[in-house]
Amino acid sequence: MSEVKNVLSLHGISKFFPGVKALDNVSFDIRPGEVHALVGENGAGKSTLMKILAGLYNPDQGNIIHQDKHVKIRNPLEARTRGILLIHQELSLSPELSVAENIYLGAWPTNFFGVLKKRKLNKDSLIALSAMGCDFGPKVRVGSLSIAKRQMVEIARAQAFNANVVIFDEPTASLTDTEKEQLFNTIRELKARDVGIVYISHKMDEIFEIADRITVLRDGTVQGTVHTKDTNINLITKMMIGRELNTFFTRANSEIGSEVLRVEKLCRKGEFENVSFSIKSGEVLGLYGLIGAGRSEVAETIFGVRKADSGKIAWMEKEINFPTPRQAIDMGLCLAPESRKEQGLVLNMSGKNNVTLPHLVKYSNYTVMDWRRELATFEKYREVLDIKTTGADQEVVQLSGGNQQKFVLAKWLCNEPDLLILDEPTRGIDVGSKSAIHALIAGLAEQGLAVIVISSEMPEVLGVSHRILTMSEGRLNGEFSGMEMTESNLINAVSQHLEQTA
Amino acid sequence: MIGEKALKGFFKRNGLLLAFAFFLAVTALNAPAFLTVGNILDVLRQVSIVGTIAIGVTFVVITGRFDLSVGSGLTLLTVIVVDQNNIVGPLGAIIMAIFGGLMVGVWNGLLIGYLKFNALIVTLAMLSLLQGLTLWYSGGANVNVHNAQTTWYAFFGRGDLFGVPVPVWILLVGGAIASFALMKTRFGRSVFSVGGNETTSKFSGINAPKIVLFAYIISGFATACAAIIMGSRVMGAQSTIGQGYELNVLAGIILGGTSLLGGSGSIWRTIVGVAMLGFIQNALLLMGFPYYIQWLVTWVVIILAVWIDLAAKRGKILT
Ligand SMILES: Nc1ncnc2c1ncn2[C@@H]1O[C@H](COP(=O)(O)OP(=O)(O)OP(=O)(O)O)[C@@H](O)[C@H]1O
Ligand SMILES: [Mg+2]
Repeated sequence: MSEVKNVLSLHGISKFFPGVKALDNVSFDIRPGEVHALVGENGAGKSTLMKILAGLYNPDQGNIIHQDKHVKIRNPLEARTRGILLIHQELSLSPELSVAENIYLGAWPTNFFGVLKKRKLNKDSLIALSAMGCDFGPKVRVGSLSIAKRQMVEIARAQAFNANVVIFDEPTASLTDTEKEQLFNTIRELKARDVGIVYISHKMDEIFEIADRITVLRDGTVQGTVHTKDTNINLITKMMIGRELNTFFTRANSEIGSEVLRVEKLCRKGEFENVSFSIKSGEVLGLYGLIGAGRSEVAETIFGVRKADSGKIAWMEKEINFPTPRQAIDMGLCLAPESRKEQGLVLNMSGKNNVTLPHLVKYSNYTVMDWRRELATFEKYREVLDIKTTGADQEVVQLSGGNQQKFVLAKWLCNEPDLLILDEPTRGIDVGSKSAIHALIAGLAEQGLAVIVISSEMPEVLGVSHRILTMSEGRLNGEFSGMEMTESNLINAVSQHLEQTA
Repeated sequence: MIGEKALKGFFKRNGLLLAFAFFLAVTALNAPAFLTVGNILDVLRQVSIVGTIAIGVTFVVITGRFDLSVGSGLTLLTVIVVDQNNIVGPLGAIIMAIFGGLMVGVWNGLLIGYLKFNALIVTLAMLSLLQGLTLWYSGGANVNVHNAQTTWYAFFGRGDLFGVPVPVWILLVGGAIASFALMKTRFGRSVFSVGGNETTSKFSGINAPKIVLFAYIISGFATACAAIIMGSRVMGAQSTIGQGYELNVLAGIILGGTSLLGGSGSIWRTIVGVAMLGFIQNALLLMGFPYYIQWLVTWVVIILAVWIDLAAKRGKILT
């Protein structure tokens, strides 16, 4: 302990929320120039621990030593002046402001009269951006950038404020593989400059690629800290969930029945064109593509939140008009959307009310809500999906990211639909629950449900699907089933179109 | 230490109520007339008009929107109900007022819910339109109910049931019905959902424009009920009778702790807020302050309530 100096160390940190002990006597340290991974199940306390470092929460017990000094980090600004930077699970940029304004948000250079020094702002930002090899300038509006580029903007803050600790909370949840490689290069650069890095993720392969040490949290307590080279994925998952994990994917062993949905030549200008496919009952259809390929847009159009420019849709072998979301839900076509905070949940509503929100008629008698039935459904899915919450009335805003995602799933599973479209269903969900959800999907298909799984995670698509469609730049460009469903085939399919247009 | 925390949380949530209790005690000591049954019923009767409107506007605020047109809506509808008493009789007059209130709600709701116009602008414009309609209707003259001493219309504003003024009954019974609708029904759940997150509501198959429309219709209906009480109490009206009510309504709602961002709030909180406002104003009058002090009080109360709300959220007094 004495020979390696820590840039930051935490001793005996505890944090209580009403009804929850989120952290219990946690000690954790970060050395300069290392990547220290923090892993654990959903709700284990990872984000909470990091929010304490970033000054968003104050610990109830314990102390923090930063660069050999006892410190208190009372607010985010204090964290930043000390050089501690948290890159959130959900990005925290203002889309209406420029890149430069975002990098220096809350610390804009101003002159004596309080007027913004624009030129200095842009010049300094440009230095930070080019140090990271960004291909966009400081004056661009953040709202017009892709998620990966927005993340670069957040990381540019590290450069601009000369950070000594950078924390990544599930940074790759919405990144493509190339973007992930870019991110890892940036992390390696930060590392070379002796910055201490904390890396939170549920993707084990990433952790073993980038981390030097791994700390496992479970129910708010530290299970142990190990060097990556001394351990393996199985040992870590066992520490995380307390048992061996069966990591085999469960593909549904179902009887494929009659056609449930068929779409023909679906078009929406600027988003996708000529999308045609069909799906039968009992079938799990994977829709693979890079983020931004137009998969979510297709799903939202079928579900009725977007309007198709042209095309046909048939339900149960009968041609119909494009439904509204209400009609879609009522006829048994459900969509669990991609973004849990923006589309999936009402954050300041209770878990129970979120779950029944799309099915108010079903859960009421003559317009009066039947809370007993609501509660029964809530309890059922809380158990099935192993959701960590203090009760039916806890607002979902207080839950960990993964547990929120489980509520998005519960909301649509409880309707027992005929076709369920799941858009990135396991984003942010821990390895244990992930295989539980895959098993659940298989079980539903075996009961005759048709499922479309949209995912950017290759192993997930390959593992659960009977058939896979690939999509790139708004077009379906490949269909694979049986032995053709291989990693290389999928990669070829999604990159082939890119080359043609390049 | 958990105990200390819970206590802190309790003060944070109910700080305003505690401060109010303290205020009541101090006033009662200084003005003995204050805490008499007669005075309390008097205050409740006075706040019943603001309160009745505020019940309706609470629905609008929970959807994350505003209604600034209720003050001049109250004026127009009161002028109509009073004047029509002399022409078509009380029943016809009441029906006309309610119809008028519903129409105002429909227009606001269509523009804001379906065409997605900004609620502040739409209802501010409606405020102007209704003021204009009032002047056009009355020509600026005062109107009176001619048979004020004999008509059954007097029941709504001047009557008593079991020793409690009828307007107070209307406030309480209306509040109970509204509270049931908000907390227990499908519609109420949808109102919270639309105010909490409109996109999620859309993805959940909730028809947000329709919910917004109905919220404004409820607001218009509540305004009409208030106009019926007002006309009956005063038995007359002029073109300034509802002036400033929109602010008192808003002050009461904010004071009750309903967030202007939408997605949270309750009817009983609104009624408590409005009552608090009424008691404060009454106390100041009893202590000998001039009548116009209430405008100042409204200002202080709005600023204080918003401040306390923000401070509780931020966890500290200043930014
Ligand atoms: N503001 C809050 N109020 C109440 N409880 C909270 C709050 N924030 C977090 N919690 C609780 O603390 C626990 C730890 O949550 P945290 O977000 O740290 O988990 P996590 O390890 O990041 O999980 P995930 O992998 O799902 O992101 C959870 O049980 C959560 O419900
Ligand atoms: Mg988290």
